[in-house]
Amino acid sequence: QHLPALTALSPFPEFPYFIHIHAMKVKVLSRNPDDYVRETKLDIQRVPRNYDPSLHPFEVPREYTRALNATKLERVFAKPFLASLDGHRDGVNCMAKHPKSLSTMLSGSCDGEVVWNLTKRECVRTLQAHEGFVRGMVVRFCGTSFFTVGDDKTIKQWKMETPGYGEEEEPLNTILGKSVFTSIDHHQKEGVFVTCGQQVDIWDEQRSSPIRSFSWGVDSFSCVRFNPVETELLASCASDRSIVLYDMREATPLKKVIMNMRSNTLCWNPMEAYNFTCSNEDYNLYTYDMRYLDKPFTVHMDHVSAVLDVDYSPTGKEFVSASFDKTIRIFPKDSGHSREVYHTKRMQHVISIKWSSDNKYILSASDEMNIRLWKANAAEKLGLLAPREKAAVNYSQKLKEKFQHHPQIRRISHHRHLPKSIYSQTKELRVMKEARRRKERNVRKHSKPGSMPVVTEKEKHVVTVVK
Amino acid sequence: MFNSIPQKSDPFPGSAPVPEEKLKKFRRGVKGELPPRPQYKLRDVVIRSEAASDLAQKQNARYDLMLPEDAGFLEGDEDEDTCTISQDDIVDAVDITAGAKYFNLTLSQFGPYRLDYSKTGRHLLLGGRRGHVTCLDWQSKQLMCEMNVMETVNDVKWLHSEALFAVAQKKWLYIYDNKGIELHCIRKFNDVLRMQFLPYHFLLATASATGFLQYLDVSVGKEVVAICTKAGRLDVMAHNPHNAIIHLGHSNGTVTLWTPNQREPLVKMLCHQGGVRSVAVDKTGTYMVTSGMDKKLKVYDIRAYRPLQSYFLPAGASCLSLSQRGLLSAATGDIVQVYRDVWGIPVTKPYMAHRAKGSVWGVHFCPFEDVLGVGHGEGFTSMVVPGAGEPNFDGLDANPYRSAKQRQEWEVKALLEKIQPELIGLDPSQLSQVDHSTWEQRHEDRVQVLGFDPLAKEKFTPRLKTKGRSSSGKVEKRKKQVAHEDQRDVIRQTVEDRMKIDKERKEKEKKKAAAAGQKSALDRFRK
Repeated sequence: QHLPALTALSPFPEFPYFIHIHAMKVKVLSRNPDDYVRETKLDIQRVPRNYDPSLHPFEVPREYTRALNATKLERVFAKPFLASLDGHRDGVNCMAKHPKSLSTMLSGSCDGEVVWNLTKRECVRTLQAHEGFVRGMVVRFCGTSFFTVGDDKTIKQWKMETPGYGEEEEPLNTILGKSVFTSIDHHQKEGVFVTCGQQVDIWDEQRSSPIRSFSWGVDSFSCVRFNPVETELLASCASDRSIVLYDMREATPLKKVIMNMRSNTLCWNPMEAYNFTCSNEDYNLYTYDMRYLDKPFTVHMDHVSAVLDVDYSPTGKEFVSASFDKTIRIFPKDSGHSREVYHTKRMQHVISIKWSSDNKYILSASDEMNIRLWKANAAEKLGLLAPREKAAVNYSQKLKEKFQHHPQIRRISHHRHLPKSIYSQTKELRVMKEARRRKERNVRKHSKPGSMPVVTEKEKHVVTVVK
Repeated sequence: MFNSIPQKSDPFPGSAPVPEEKLKKFRRGVKGELPPRPQYKLRDVVIRSEAASDLAQKQNARYDLMLPEDAGFLEGDEDEDTCTISQDDIVDAVDITAGAKYFNLTLSQFGPYRLDYSKTGRHLLLGGRRGHVTCLDWQSKQLMCEMNVMETVNDVKWLHSEALFAVAQKKWLYIYDNKGIELHCIRKFNDVLRMQFLPYHFLLATASATGFLQYLDVSVGKEVVAICTKAGRLDVMAHNPHNAIIHLGHSNGTVTLWTPNQREPLVKMLCHQGGVRSVAVDKTGTYMVTSGMDKKLKVYDIRAYRPLQSYFLPAGASCLSLSQRGLLSAATGDIVQVYRDVWGIPVTKPYMAHRAKGSVWGVHFCPFEDVLGVGHGEGFTSMVVPGAGEPNFDGLDANPYRSAKQRQEWEVKALLEKIQPELIGLDPSQLSQVDHSTWEQRHEDRVQVLGFDPLAKEKFTPRLKTKGRSSSGKVEKRKKQVAHEDQRDVIRQTVEDRMKIDKERKEKEKKKAAAAGQKSALDRFRK
């Protein structure tokens, strides 16, 4: 296509006035700086915005780079250890959360002392509760008194407030039992508590003998817990590798599930009434739906030694587990692997663990007489955040979620330093598991097809359910 | 018994509708299909994120109505050609600040000038062939620095801000401060003829007379890669602002596309019958305009690599530049012509034209202003082209009115989100797509390790029943029942969905009919 030659411009620069006059409509962009520059130094800067995508190219690579930076910074700021509460003179055995006060926490140790700890990080009150181990403690739902059980076969109830000057530290009530009690838990609304030892006993606070006893051919129970939502239900861990479910209103236990190895403790999900997680001796934790006990909802595998205690976060989305292998792991409730692991050279076998009721802190009690305070989110900035800080944190969080599956970002966000023993133990366990799987695969390959059914990982750990 | 106060009902219920063209402007990517129903968690995540994305796009489209400035325009009378309107006429017709944007700098001593505008459009860099290098704030005519480097200057380019610029001198590449202080002399980059700066990657791409295409990372000062193009002297260079690909034009009529990740060109296009004289790419990365020694001006769609238009210019075009709003300036000899919308309906005449004082050596549109800068043998001319610049800039990206503090903050943020050169490719959004091939590879590896496919469905073997209920016919029937079960599920689901859609459509139609059927003569008195 031909374009016409340029129409003539005036060739005589001395005569700038043309013969033809143009009647035209013309507008040239001219911005008034007053609209774009601030008036005084005390104003904020003006930032006009245009969200046209052609003015903002490379959206995806820039967001990816921001996500990568956010992930790296999260690892840089991941310093979860806050404080160590010392004061105990023997290994700490159990802990109890105060239902109404975030800053109070009780702990019981192996020489019978029950120590109060204000989380001003100091000990507020000490009392000699039992001769021998303090096996379990629980604070009453109103927060005015608490119960402890110990190796001297007694249940003692104490007042929450510190005794006045000159007053002796005396329990409100002492109940003597026939055998050692191993755990205690209190009802959420009524004055009823349950202990377990050789059988599971339900006590009324006014009586000195249990109102009901459950037993199912087992000689010892290690842990009993009331359901926080369905307050009439309870569950207990027994020494015949089973978990037994009870209803307080019935005369006999409901049902029990027998597993391959014994469970140490269990914890009900505070948000979902029917789910509970138990910590097992075979290095795993199992989340069960209490309606379908034939196979666990999820198997959580990451520890390299027996898991001793488990506690749910108040949101019900995550839980924390304490293990004999000197580490604490935080698991999301539906995931098979942990999202976080905390360890310290000084922390030995972790016996008890609690997640604080404001969802921010984790308290771990270990057998070297220390209680440690950790952050639940290792990279979180504590304290009051400015609105811009909050917005930046939310933005980084969303970016990390969006790009979490990209290999480089996944590699950085999953990276955790582990002590040498745990790292090598993990590798060894993986090799062992791989070997077992390979053997099973070979047997299946060389036997008649269909004679060896595929048993899923979840079904492997449950032996039977008994009604 | 009281009658309730009659509530006025909103005649336009719901939120205001957004016009479709505005929504199309903000639409990104293609909505893929949802994952199948058994993957309920993934499906939920995808539905939610798509809803959030839709909301964001709608809000952007709504905000678009509130942008403060409008684009410029030039309209002549019915029988008048806009290309006959001269710069002086325009200056007479507009206000004094706009009129001041047309000026001439007479610098006839130091050779034809090449020019570059900074990304914000505020600062201008001029480099004369005989060594004169100057940078100034062209709106306030404030000189920042002026010097003579005493060597041939092939090209000048601003780096990421108005603080640094690069000058390709006779032998090596030099980096200067905006006060004229020489900061670096990079000897690895020799015989550089043309330079392009990729702003989001902080990469300076240089094309040399020896056929090397080199990338320099200006934030860390390292050479990223030196590619031997084996195509002879490289003196035609452009970059695609959408995906940071470098376009090189060669004397055999081909245009090649390069990334720093590959030693071979990504794409080779045969564009002209003679050599290629100039290349320009628009800001959305859709169109490429090339001009060649065969006096043709061709427009290509580089997303599909198709030729769109081909024009014949009697004298060819030596320099091309595309503005932010799609105006094309083509310079031949000492005449500069501006065309509007070359890729749509074929253009018959230029939008504007101007004769410069000397032969044109470089043209460049100023970002965010209706100005075209022309570097020629007698100096520099800045001409007014109404409708060239983007009227509304984004304050967080390139803000011509930024203060020093804002510039510092922007620089830090830009450095933090600097894109690595490995991510440069033809499709910049490749990172957001699902990598199916890797998933399939991983699945195959897992099947091999486990010995069976964990995602495969087990074959259904019916249980043998006693008392003659297990005859072969009955067994086959049972097998067919199971085989059709999942098909039945899918069919049931689609039927449910379709019924729901039908029901909704019927309700909508009923509502529309009810609203339409209420026309009465008294409607005019209704408020």
